[in-house]
Amino acid sequence: MDLTLRIWRQPHHDAPGDFVRYQVTDVPREASFLEMLDLLNEQLMARNEEPVVFESDCREGICGTCGVMIDGRPHGPWQNTATCQLHMRAYRDGDEITVEPWRAAGFPVIKDLAVDRSAFDRIIEAGGYISTPTGAAPDANMIPVDKATADRAFEAAACIGCGACVAACPNGAAQLFAGAKVAQLNMLPQGQPERYQRATEVVDTMEAFFGSCTNHGECQAACPKDISVDVIAWLNRDYRKAKLSGARAS
Amino acid sequence: MTTSATPPSRSVGNQQPPKVQRRDNVLTELYRSALGKKYLMAISGLVLMAYVLIHMIGNFKLFEGEASLNEYAIWLRELGEPLIPEYGAIWATRVILILAFGVHIIAAAQLTRMNQISRGRSRYAERHYAAVDFAGRTMRWTGVIVGLFVIYHLADLTWGVQAVNPEWEYLEVYNNVVASFANPVSAAVYIVANAALGVHLYHGAWSLFQSMGWNSPRFNHWRRWFAIGFALLIAVGNISMPVAVQLGLVG
Repeated sequence: MDLTLRIWRQPHHDAPGDFVRYQVTDVPREASFLEMLDLLNEQLMARNEEPVVFESDCREGICGTCGVMIDGRPHGPWQNTATCQLHMRAYRDGDEITVEPWRAAGFPVIKDLAVDRSAFDRIIEAGGYISTPTGAAPDANMIPVDKATADRAFEAAACIGCGACVAACPNGAAQLFAGAKVAQLNMLPQGQPERYQRATEVVDTMEAFFGSCTNHGECQAACPKDISVDVIAWLNRDYRKAKLSGARAS
Repeated sequence: MTTSATPPSRSVGNQQPPKVQRRDNVLTELYRSALGKKYLMAISGLVLMAYVLIHMIGNFKLFEGEASLNEYAIWLRELGEPLIPEYGAIWATRVILILAFGVHIIAAAQLTRMNQISRGRSRYAERHYAAVDFAGRTMRWTGVIVGLFVIYHLADLTWGVQAVNPEWEYLEVYNNVVASFANPVSAAVYIVANAALGVHLYHGAWSLFQSMGWNSPRFNHWRRWFAIGFALLIAVGNISMPVAVQLGLVG
């Protein structure tokens, strides 16, 4: 199929950007969205034009590197699907597709469709881990975790850090990402020793880059891993408990 | 990473958070955080919700007639006597309401400002919202409508401003209310404002659970029903009064 792409081109972080229309021809229905962009870039390079910068890594929906705004929807029209798992059978010959980078103050554009998500790294450094002595791997099931809790922690742990939640949020907020990272660890026994410190550090770091939640639920709808806004309530609860117990202690 | 001539405000590729100045008082530190402001919005919202419910239940005495409503007004004035002086309970309520309104509005204004900055300057050329409803998108507007209405409502029935309610007389509560609701323009103001309040409550009454982190698989499915029920109860209950006067059922 032949498609018209309306793609955001921006030479670098500080330069103004604009949309450029490209024709991409002979796109197979079986191609993924990223393979379609590869094809476009091959056609651009054959014409000696500069290829479109976009990010990808695993291309199997688990790394969170890819992710662009496609026709006004983060990761495109398919529910619970990362951009790399969106396939061109979603489109018909002659369609025009608008492709934009994530837009939020916390995600400055590096070039074209690539944005700087290192603010997420700062959040992970602040509390997205447990401090544990390394050594031989402990036996499985040494610490009992009930099934319901394990399932909920696993659902939160499915976050791949793609940033679609920030991209979807009208406030440029990262609550769903931060909530998933905190809930995943704070629900489990291994996360308990650093539970309240984690909530505090993660929220304070998050707020240095991102906006605040107005409970619209756009993040949940955009999330390719179907993470629920329940994790935001978890984050809010642990931060409240952390701060108020701190107030009593001081 | 950048090829710009002027250094960018933030180094792209390796963002670092600004240094946070720690303060001694945990509560002021808590308020400085957006989450702290959200807690205060939820708590002040809860206070205002409790008031609006009690206010409505009391005002239903309009349907019982002049004597009932006026006696209720006197009872409110003397509530708690002799332990509390006359008007004591009313003024205590007013102080709480002024504080709750102040906190709710200031926190909302500050969060709105923060979020406008966090959203960034560039806008999507196309954006399809998938989840947000009318109530969520219009919170700021329904909030402003309700805020302006409260001023009108006070001028109409508490202060008795001549231009708003020319027939207003001190302590003639029933007659004052009926005079206001009999005026089609005034009745329309009450109906529109309470519809806006209902929409505001529909989003707010759900959001407060989320903001406070009151979250459990045991009651999560009830949060939406609580919000729908509370919003409908307040909107329908309050609107029933001007409608009853307009239809000639009361007055």
